[in-house]
Amino acid sequence: MDVQYFIAELWNARWAVAMGTGMTLVISALAITLGSTLGLVVGLGLTYGHWTLRFLVRVYTDFIRGTPVFVLVLASYYILAVAGIQLTAFEAGVFALTVFCSSHVGEIVRGALQAIPAGQTEASMAVGLTFRQTFAYVLLPQALRQILPTWVNTATEMVKASTLLSVIGVVELLLSVQQVISRNFLSLEFYFFAGFLYFLINFGIERVGRYAERRVAVVP
Amino acid sequence: MSAPLLAIENLHKRFDAVEVLGGVDFAMAKGDVVSIIGSSGSGKTTLLRCINMLEDFHDGRVLIDGQEVGYRTERGRRTRRPEAEIARQRAMTGMVFQQFNLFPHMTALGNVTLGLVKVKKLPKDEAISVAEKWLDRVGLLDRRGHYPGQLSGGQQQRVAIARAIAMNPKLMLFDEVTSALDPELVNEVLAVVRGLADDGMTMLLVTHEMQFAREVSDRVIFMNRGRIEEEGPPSAIFNSPRSQRLAEFLGNIRT
Repeated sequence: MDVQYFIAELWNARWAVAMGTGMTLVISALAITLGSTLGLVVGLGLTYGHWTLRFLVRVYTDFIRGTPVFVLVLASYYILAVAGIQLTAFEAGVFALTVFCSSHVGEIVRGALQAIPAGQTEASMAVGLTFRQTFAYVLLPQALRQILPTWVNTATEMVKASTLLSVIGVVELLLSVQQVISRNFLSLEFYFFAGFLYFLINFGIERVGRYAERRVAVVP
Repeated sequence: MSAPLLAIENLHKRFDAVEVLGGVDFAMAKGDVVSIIGSSGSGKTTLLRCINMLEDFHDGRVLIDGQEVGYRTERGRRTRRPEAEIARQRAMTGMVFQQFNLFPHMTALGNVTLGLVKVKKLPKDEAISVAEKWLDRVGLLDRRGHYPGQLSGGQQQRVAIARAIAMNPKLMLFDEVTSALDPELVNEVLAVVRGLADDGMTMLLVTHEMQFAREVSDRVIFMNRGRIEEEGPPSAIFNSPRSQRLAEFLGNIRT
């Protein structure tokens, strides 16, 4: 392997790779924020909803979780178009990842809320707090501590899943690197480099997660 | 006698088909200390939990200071009050649980101030001074910055008592508050409860501490199968039980 040649090629491709990385970051950030917000709602529905709502949300999460992300991405792009919802590749991709993320986060939230002993709700209500206050001050802070480690895991999954958007033509990191490779044929080097960038992004997310875990730890 | 502080009329409660309260009637005046005894499954705890609507009930009324708790009857139709109204009514009572149920993510001080700030809407500094007064009262002012996980069971339970009493309730409900404690920690909690009784707090206690019930109560209620089987001053209940069931119950405890 000619290191100097690789570095020269990498320098030539710097903008393409940077743009791809940026796109991956944007897609991941959107999918994680939107998906987590929606997931919180899904989790609330699964935990506290009237049984009809619970049933509907349960069907949603089980259906989404039982479907490969790849299929969700393709479906969002091609099937929604048939239904008259014309999304760009970027929109369709973010939509698919958001939906996927929400079903996972929903389950995490439900699990965390249900793991809190009923005595916590009772003690809070007995003091005179409304359910909304109980949720905000007693249940959610405790659930967040449970949620965080698994949520970080889901967030890194989203970054990895964003590679699938290359199939519908979103030039994210993987596709931008593939385009570079098609010009210089340095497949081994550039794939390795792409892998390294994905690692960096996920390592960053994991560090932030660890930091947050320490910040919210019950006993500092 | 003036209007009772707590009046319970014909209270019925079922869990599915199982009747756990089969028509309970009793009343207590301001300043009364009443203990409820009875074997497990007799409905003692459920009765307590109906008083602050932690359990819904199917028939009958609970009145605190003349105000019907949890339900409203209009034109013969009984409806559950809106959740926000029930929350306000719950603040009239303070409850202490067998398992303490402190909020693990808050310090002792945070546990006590939460209700003061969010329910009583006290300014933060005022809430803190009220909370500190009560933490001092239960002997834990120096532990105000500790989290529940850093406190012993007895200390946690004392914080829980402070949390309930700081809200200045009309009535305190104690649900087997020493049952989950190591034997050597029981007394520190009972001492706090006794202190409140001496101050004239109106209290309703479900307890297995017979000696304590005898010492602290004005009246003792013996429950059996969802009904009040016998009721009277401690001396009468413990020394000369009238019903067969109470005699058996007391006999089983003493052996």
